[in-house]
Amino acid sequence: MGMTITEKILAAHAGKKTVAPGELISSKVDIVLGNDITAPVAIKEFEKIGVPDVFDKEKVVLVPDHFTPNKDIKSAEQAKLLRSFAKKHELTNYFEVGRMGIEHCLLPEQGIVLPGDVIIGADSHTCTYGALGAFSTGVGSTDMAAGMASGEVWFKVPESIKFVYNGNDLNEWVSGKDLILHTIGDIGVDGALYKAMEFTGPAIENLSMDGRFTMANMAIEAGGKNGIIAPDQTTIDYVESKAKRPYKIYSSDDDAGYDAVIEYDVSQIEPQVAFPHLPENSRPVSGAGNVELDQVIIGSCTNGRMEDLRIAAKVLKGHKVHPDVRLVIIPGTQEIYKQAMKEGLFEIFVDADAAVSTPTCGPCLGGHMGILAKGERALATTNRNFVGRMGHPESEVYLSNPAVAAASAIMGRIVGPGEVE
Amino acid sequence: MEFQGLTWKFGADVDTDAIIPARYLNTSDPDELARHCMEDADPEFPNKVKSGDIIVAEKNFGCGSSREHAPICIKAAGISCVIAKSFARIFYRNAFNIGLPILESAEAVDGINEGDEVKVDVDNGVIYNVTKGTSFKSTAIPPFMQELIDAGGLINYVRGRLNR
Repeated sequence: MGMTITEKILAAHAGKKTVAPGELISSKVDIVLGNDITAPVAIKEFEKIGVPDVFDKEKVVLVPDHFTPNKDIKSAEQAKLLRSFAKKHELTNYFEVGRMGIEHCLLPEQGIVLPGDVIIGADSHTCTYGALGAFSTGVGSTDMAAGMASGEVWFKVPESIKFVYNGNDLNEWVSGKDLILHTIGDIGVDGALYKAMEFTGPAIENLSMDGRFTMANMAIEAGGKNGIIAPDQTTIDYVESKAKRPYKIYSSDDDAGYDAVIEYDVSQIEPQVAFPHLPENSRPVSGAGNVELDQVIIGSCTNGRMEDLRIAAKVLKGHKVHPDVRLVIIPGTQEIYKQAMKEGLFEIFVDADAAVSTPTCGPCLGGHMGILAKGERALATTNRNFVGRMGHPESEVYLSNPAVAAASAIMGRIVGPGEVE
Repeated sequence: MEFQGLTWKFGADVDTDAIIPARYLNTSDPDELARHCMEDADPEFPNKVKSGDIIVAEKNFGCGSSREHAPICIKAAGISCVIAKSFARIFYRNAFNIGLPILESAEAVDGINEGDEVKVDVDNGVIYNVTKGTSFKSTAIPPFMQELIDAGGLINYVRGRLNR
């Protein structure tokens, strides 16, 4: 029997010809990533191992993006730990505020993660890089510490579920976000527990890189170990100008084994909204009913990329944000920030009465830059709507794509872009 | 390893934001984190929980973020072990890595009411409901995870390998 793309990448990094689901392997890692919440714990654990240096100073990446620019003294102390560690170990890839971006927008943009890589990150949305055809998964701080010291990590080879998105054209205002929210709604928040989610089909082939990142990003919201999309010309066009080292293209064999194959007809999928308090509570925006909003967030590692900002601007142009709503827009990286500025998107945003922030994870995890009070309700292009995720435990978060978020900010309630008057 | 304690029951899909909200993640001090353990699932929990108590939960416990602060705060709050129908992947790994015993058993979860006294024999994977006089078998721990436990956690395991 053949192998899936996930199995092939893991076999290559374990020095084996083949691997099979369930097999325990020790895999070499190409990149080990941490942020200002998880790396402080990892650094403490790393010191306990007692090795003088990280395994490769070019392959350990630290991005202080969660509570930065630092929101309080404690978070400043945590960021300082990263800064000192990066200096001491002469890390090539440490990104200070001003060069920093949301890690999962930043690493692909900087060509740090590439097709065929094995990547571990002490952040659950590390699965984002699977969009490039890499095996990429979230781990905890102790695994990060062990990875920094040894350049290796143990894995159980996951079973794969193949998702096939049939149909060439997405409906108007439908994006990668809607495909993945629909999928999570179908299989549930543990529907792919411990498994690889392989996204395939004509609709994926036609999807932009930004849309693919959004889909792979949310694999963890179905419990997945990784999300993955086989590289094609779209991938190669994206990485060619960014890659500073060789990379390898893998794809699944025709006779590869899958735990399940799940097919969707994209013509049946309209823009989605996930209701509180789980991403699986997704439904078509047309069935949202009358949900009035206090805040709208457009940004995050899920939807803070150029395509997302362009769509938001298209909807917002010439309109004003509803008087009862705060709209905060957060470009994912400095490069995205600059490009959006060049394209005149900030003028559209500011004219619409939106606040534009420097890159940060900020409100997505209830850190800063838009925290909700008791009883408040937000629509966000982020990835989680758990209880208390964006602030007070009695606040509510709804999830959508950037077009729905922008339209809803204008109307003051959850609506599709077609309903903007 | 054996534990005996009173149980606290939680529902399905308890996420890491409920276990330790991100608003407290500007520190990694275990005792400080323990003061907010499970706060968004039950605001009174940090005051009610006693050393040696056991958490019992439905499926997919610990879903969401990779924050190791989640198992760290549960352990620091004095919880001796967590029994659930299933665990989210990263939480499962993290719990082993930091030495928080966790056991999978759907039957045990269904057979335990909140407040029942439960005895857990981790090595043999047996869960006794002392209050009801019943016992359950948990899913076996994979051999490699047992090796990690025997080595005293992942850090000791890696230290042993790298400094050999």
